[in-house]
Amino acid sequence: MESTIYRFILRYSKREQIFLFIMTVISFPFLYYSLDLPKRIVNDALGAKGATSFPVTFLGMEFQQLEYLWTLSGLFLVLVFINGGFKYWINVYRGRLGELMLRRLRYELYARILRFPIPHFRRVSQGEIIPMVTQEVEPLGGFIGDAISLPAFQGGTLITILFFMFVQDPVLGLAAIALSPLQAYIVPKMQRKVNALGKERVRAVRVMSDRIGESIAGVQEIHANNLARLMLARFSAQLGRIYDIRFEIYRRKFVIKFLNNFIAQLTPFFFYALGGYLVIAGDLTLGALVAVLAAYKDLSAPWKELLAYYQRKEDARIKYEQVIEQFDLPEIMAEDTQLTEPERPTPLDGELRASNLSQVDDDGEVQFEAVSLTLPPGSHMALFSTGAGGSEALAMTLARLTYPTGGRVTIGQAELHTLPEAITGRRMGYVGPATYVFSSTIRENLLLGVMHRPTGPARDDPEARAAIENAGKAGNSVDDPDGPWIDPATVGDGPDLVARLIGSLSLVELDDDCYSLGLRGTIDPGARPEIAERVLAARRSFAERLADDPQLVDLVEPFADDAYNTNASMAENLLFGTPVGPAFQPDTIAAHPYVRKTLDQVGLTDDLLRIGRDVAATMVELFADLPSDHEFFGQFSFISPDDLPEFQALLTRVERVGVDGVSEEDRARLLSLPFKLIPARHRLGMLDADIQSRVLEARAAFARDLPEDLQASVAFFSADAYNAAASLQDNILFGKIAYGQADSVSRVGTVIGSVLDDLDLRALVIEVGLDFEVGIAGARLSSVQRQKIGIARALLRRPDILILNDAASTFDASSQRRLVEKTLEAMSGRTVIWTTHRPDVARLFPEIAVMRGGRVVETGAPEELDREGRVFHEFAAQS
Amino acid sequence: MSLNEEVELLRKIPLFAKIEPSKLKLLAFTSERLTYQGGQRLFQQGDVGDAAYIIIDGAASVRILTDGGEIQVAELGKGDVVGEIAILCDVPRTASVEATSKLIALRITKELFFRLVSEFPQISIEIMRELAARLERTNVQLREALNR
Repeated sequence: MESTIYRFILRYSKREQIFLFIMTVISFPFLYYSLDLPKRIVNDALGAKGATSFPVTFLGMEFQQLEYLWTLSGLFLVLVFINGGFKYWINVYRGRLGELMLRRLRYELYARILRFPIPHFRRVSQGEIIPMVTQEVEPLGGFIGDAISLPAFQGGTLITILFFMFVQDPVLGLAAIALSPLQAYIVPKMQRKVNALGKERVRAVRVMSDRIGESIAGVQEIHANNLARLMLARFSAQLGRIYDIRFEIYRRKFVIKFLNNFIAQLTPFFFYALGGYLVIAGDLTLGALVAVLAAYKDLSAPWKELLAYYQRKEDARIKYEQVIEQFDLPEIMAEDTQLTEPERPTPLDGELRASNLSQVDDDGEVQFEAVSLTLPPGSHMALFSTGAGGSEALAMTLARLTYPTGGRVTIGQAELHTLPEAITGRRMGYVGPATYVFSSTIRENLLLGVMHRPTGPARDDPEARAAIENAGKAGNSVDDPDGPWIDPATVGDGPDLVARLIGSLSLVELDDDCYSLGLRGTIDPGARPEIAERVLAARRSFAERLADDPQLVDLVEPFADDAYNTNASMAENLLFGTPVGPAFQPDTIAAHPYVRKTLDQVGLTDDLLRIGRDVAATMVELFADLPSDHEFFGQFSFISPDDLPEFQALLTRVERVGVDGVSEEDRARLLSLPFKLIPARHRLGMLDADIQSRVLEARAAFARDLPEDLQASVAFFSADAYNAAASLQDNILFGKIAYGQADSVSRVGTVIGSVLDDLDLRALVIEVGLDFEVGIAGARLSSVQRQKIGIARALLRRPDILILNDAASTFDASSQRRLVEKTLEAMSGRTVIWTTHRPDVARLFPEIAVMRGGRVVETGAPEELDREGRVFHEFAAQS
Repeated sequence: MSLNEEVELLRKIPLFAKIEPSKLKLLAFTSERLTYQGGQRLFQQGDVGDAAYIIIDGAASVRILTDGGEIQVAELGKGDVVGEIAILCDVPRTASVEATSKLIALRITKELFFRLVSEFPQISIEIMRELAARLERTNVQLREALNR
């Protein structure tokens, strides 16, 4: 990268900067005339000296005094507009240029992060790198726009004004700059110290963000070890360092400012004294002195700007250099290696040969040495070691993620570490011990394994085109991220692609997980009407299956328009639909004005208040003498332990004045209780047949009179319509799983499974599960599930060489063995290298390379190695 | 059957006869009432025990797996308590229990069971009596088997 910010500016914006400079220069004559005019107005038009006689000739025309005044004043106004126009135009152009250059700089930094050698990330932390790209370079954008035009403009203004002063009177001109040499000597000297402090501040802030990043990453440790005080103390010390530095910077900056202001205010002294003397002596007109004084006032603005610019320039220079030194690594990967498309697809199906391979890390630690391996195409080899055998480091080098410090790896004729990533990242697959899962859907996470480059034209709308054009201007990527990135030629598209995704999922045994996620997932029936249709078929089939089997018939109580569902809460029975948005959620439904109105309409309110009182009384009776942290509260109570005393008091009030007498707030509390009642579960016998039939009345009234603006707040149940707000499973059930039936959940699950299989819908449910959002870094998945996604991702593109670096160590023994068997079968004819510490896993491979202390100590078939005197045998006996 | 009826039923079981109704109500409210079809199992020998069962209605058979296959060792009916051994001594289920007809049982979780036992000595005594009776029965069976 360019070593100084000025080089960067010149390299990428020379033309724009020159253009800005020219525009600035063009604006000066206008500025000069706007300074000169006041003098003419005072001296000539007002005739202060009486020297002029009217009419005067100006611009070839004759003017009387008053006309002349109007004309000159009018001209002055025009010049004000022209000067303002220039300023506006130059500022806008400058701002745009600055932003484009900032965009280019950030892009370059990010691109470099992607090319950092992987071991470098052991030395730098996220906390240090992120603020560099986000905050530290931010002020550079503004500075770059100003870099040349601002000093040109302000310096030019300054010179114009000075020139004007000298023209008026050389002595006054001299007086104006009398103290400048002093400033020119002192200010940079003081600025140097500020610069040094500025560098220190940048470093201190980086340490601070590193601390914050570390605390977030290790927050569990901080809680588990009660480290908060220590962490706070350390953070406080770091803040103290930053405070000291910043305070020192401020102090020195303000001293500089003070000096400048002081000198600026000293100068008028010379004007009044010298200028006054000259006017009295008759060597200077009063108009000229007035003009010089006015000009001097104008002088202070550009002068201040120039000083500020000088400080900003120093600041920007330091920031740029400090950022660049972190990103300009000598061992960084060449851009071509990462981004160039190979001329033709190059399979890596030749013999993989590592010759005398070794790697020593930065600390001089030997990772592995003198490793020579030969794997003919289609070999399946286990790299076995115990503890620090070096197999992990070797696997990363064989996967081209790290570079060897000695020896080389060839595949066929090609040398692995000179191949572009466009070949290794497509023809090889690598999964490490902790796969990273991006915060997106499972589907997208799998497809990341095949999204190497745009595979079709970018989107063809004006907005997208403009965005790409702008990106090009800033030297950014001109690929459309939302265009097509999946190559149908390698993984197929439409149903083929889905089948292939599910194929890789079932290989790693993630299909069942995806199936359960899919049952809990929702679909948009508008977008996929055929799926909704098939789910409705499953609903009918499921209902028939249950109705026909006396063993199953009681498992689910189906929804029916005209029947109260005793396995659903009263809220669900009233709503007879799925709440969408906050209006009718279980916690809020009782308080909703429209619900209250409906209850009043069918005359239910009083009964429900009475039931609410009974429920509260029962709860108080049952739970009052339980300790408040007892688990029963969470599992069974309608009332949280904190609220229990309040309900006790409420019941006393009700006893005294009756349900009708208590406050509206109390009534609302009581009313909320019956909404949670589920007759089959709670068995309190409070919702009798009469109440139930009136709830049904209320249900009908609720749906009939639902105002327009609430229509979207509920998705009603309907026997022959797909409910978009409910999950797939709820759509198939169309009812509630009955309470009190032994094993009901798993038995219902079995029936659903067999219905889906009969209708050939299982794959579809898995597909819905693919759209499950995995959360930040896959936090909503288990670590085993994340690893499985990583392996499925690598398998999806059917690599020529697959390297699994201890990738299944979190699996239990039997699933690890199953995974190995399935993977080897799927990869038959193609090369697999699998590092492991488990002898039983290694034995599944036709060939094992045993590593100890960074060296391959023996290779051979398991039956050769598994006998007395062999290292493998010895290791296996220990574990 | 509502909660109150369940409480009435529980009071007729000797184990709970001396417990005040409000406690029985909590017991009934916090216990799941489960319906089993004939042939369904309440639990399987060897499983981890997490609950005891009170049979409210119906009948069940207790079965033990031997070398010669599964044999029935006892029959249970309304009011019987079963499955308490596994939760008392933290051992796997010593037998399987299978509903022989439609059966309704109250499932009492381990936590609730211990709470009852520690709060009401009467229940402990009843359980001891029951266990002692079973031990005596087993001894008799053992003697018969040895003498045979």
